Amino acid sequence: MDHASLASTFNKDEPRVDWHDESLWWVRQKRDLQARSVADWEVLREVASAIKNNVLANLGTYLQAFESHAIKRGIVVHWAADAGEHNAIIHRILEENRITAMVKSKSMLTEECGLNAYLADRGIHVVDSDLGERILQLADERPSHIVMPAIHKKKEEIGELFHEFLGTPKGESDPQRLTEAARLHLREVFLTRKAALTGVNFAIAETGEFVVCTNEGNADMGAHLSDVHIASMGIEKLIPQREHLGVFLRLLARSGTGQPITTYSSHFSGPRQGQQMHIVIVDNGRSTQLGRADFKASLKCIRCGACMNTCPVYRRSGGYSYRTTVAGPIGSILAPNLDMRDYADLPFASTLCGSCTNVCPVKIDIHEQLYKWRQVLAKEGHVAHSKSLLMKGAAAVLSRPSWYQVSGKLLRWFLRHFPKIASKFTKWSDHRELPEAPKQTFAGWYKQNRVERNG
Amino acid sequence: MMTVGLFIPCYMDQLYPNAAIATLELLEGLSLDVVYPLHQTCCGQPLANSGFSHLTQGCNALFIENFSRFDYVVCPSGSCALHIKEHLSSLNQQEDATALASRVYELVEFLTDVIKIQALDASFPHKVSLHHSCHSLRGLYLAQMSELSSPTFSKPNDLLNMVDGLELVKLERSDECCGFGGTFCVFEEAVSAKMGKDRVDDHVVSGSEYITSSDMSCLMHMEGILKRNHSATKVIHIAEILNSKSAPNIEPKG
Ligand code: SF4
Repeated sequence: MDHASLASTFNKDEPRVDWHDESLWWVRQKRDLQARSVADWEVLREVASAIKNNVLANLGTYLQAFESHAIKRGIVVHWAADAGEHNAIIHRILEENRITAMVKSKSMLTEECGLNAYLADRGIHVVDSDLGERILQLADERPSHIVMPAIHKKKEEIGELFHEFLGTPKGESDPQRLTEAARLHLREVFLTRKAALTGVNFAIAETGEFVVCTNEGNADMGAHLSDVHIASMGIEKLIPQREHLGVFLRLLARSGTGQPITTYSSHFSGPRQGQQMHIVIVDNGRSTQLGRADFKASLKCIRCGACMNTCPVYRRSGGYSYRTTVAGPIGSILAPNLDMRDYADLPFASTLCGSCTNVCPVKIDIHEQLYKWRQVLAKEGHVAHSKSLLMKGAAAVLSRPSWYQVSGKLLRWFLRHFPKIASKFTKWSDHRELPEAPKQTFAGWYKQNRVERNG
Repeated sequence: MMTVGLFIPCYMDQLYPNAAIATLELLEGLSLDVVYPLHQTCCGQPLANSGFSHLTQGCNALFIENFSRFDYVVCPSGSCALHIKEHLSSLNQQEDATALASRVYELVEFLTDVIKIQALDASFPHKVSLHHSCHSLRGLYLAQMSELSSPTFSKPNDLLNMVDGLELVKLERSDECCGFGGTFCVFEEAVSAKMGKDRVDDHVVSGSEYITSSDMSCLMHMEGILKRNHSATKVIHIAEILNSKSAPNIEPKG
């Protein structure tokens, strides 16, 4: 099913759409307040964008620098060309250490690679420790948002799940009490797991350190209690220097959730005594995107989620309508890079309103890339044949004033005399009246009132 | 005298001639030499936004042929004006195309930035709410955008404030997209209609009698929803307000 059909299903429950829209709009408003509380917010975005452009222009150099510094710190660095390699590397590390259970904090990259399922097939049990992800794991669902993965779930639904799996009282939906229950449940997990996997928000090339941002402290909890800490990162997560961190930490949470900063910004600089620390650096299509001049800037993304929160289409179609790990506007410019045919609909799931581009803390020209993807997809033949015929017909008419005038006349005549039939021809009329067609066009009026009158 | 070529988008020519007439009269009232070239059609945006910009050469050639001779080209649609400004191209005369594109103005910005209009002889004693079309706002910067931390300004509001008796009402979400989006309105019908409904509700709740905009396409979409719901709120192109003299009896459609 494409975005339009999935979105149309989502819209069958209008109160839910309203609730989804309002929850996210509330976050967008918090973001606005935070952005305005920082003097020179727009300058900060500009700086962040410039730093990331520099990283992308010198990615190879920075990756090598990061690797050599990380190795000096006692971190084992692995390189994965794709999702399969990423999963196999992690499986091997666990196997070598005879570990059959792992705790994992939020990592969209492992979602992208399908790690949980891969490990489950091989007898390794993974528990997600991010509250939102844990909820989804219990519900057997996928994240619908990169920062608030369970944003589509109401607290009553979460209460039901916790009642079933964690033994909370039936009907309990108080967020505080549910969080308490999850905390107790996870504490047990943290204490018994020997391996912990985290994501990486920022990897610092000059030092080989990395930073993980969470609100729940679950990355620290897992990593510090583990014998083996594995961190998965995409090749684009680098920043050149430590001093650049300030720029991104100021932007990330303000843009994404409207907090001044994430509650925990955990800095990892090497394994503690007796611990193993691994970093898996993953490409999985990113270098292909880097090679596409028009789309490479999409790799500047720091996964803050602001573009989703502001997107009027995302808010009213839900994360699942995008069928990708990263949904929303940024997902729609990333996905076709991986598979043009499967995701050809996504760049069209937008009105090109441009709000995403305006909130993006690293100034990715998201809506312009959506436009450019449309051109690529049409040229490569990934647009429905009927649509391309329609466009060819329209181009023929609009290139010839006389054809245009005749077609316009027919169209208006039809609209005037058979409005009911006309409305059956187009989806426009499912929720809207067609415009009334006037007898005379502006051109007709102009000829009568200006050209003829002036002779 | 300054010569102005009037570019009326195809759907306005066909469906909203009154908005086009108001634009023409408004410009004529400023003692400009305004001409509407009769062989114009469309800016080509519906093709380009659907991914078929390679089919827009015909539209581009026509536009260049029709409008090259003017000092300025004025268009009462932010979306179409933006499309021309950003994408007008030509295989063998790109320099001319680029120069021409830089002389294209949307009506509101032409009045505020080129003519620098200070007063208007217009009266419209109604509660009015302004719908920013995304292309006018985020493409042409006609007003401050809610996402950006920058000083407040609004070119359309400046003009509307010159109109006698007009009361501008505030919206809950000042610049959210209405969901028209060109072919998006049919290919993503469910989301488009829901976006339109939400946008219209915001205007109606604000007590607005007339939703106005510098883009008739957004208004056409919102009008469709208002009419389906038998709402008393109407839509009206900003040119019709700025050109309205005998406001109480105005009939925006005819
Ligand atoms: S594209 Fe920009 S706004 Fe969207 S998630 Fe990435 S950094 Fe945030």
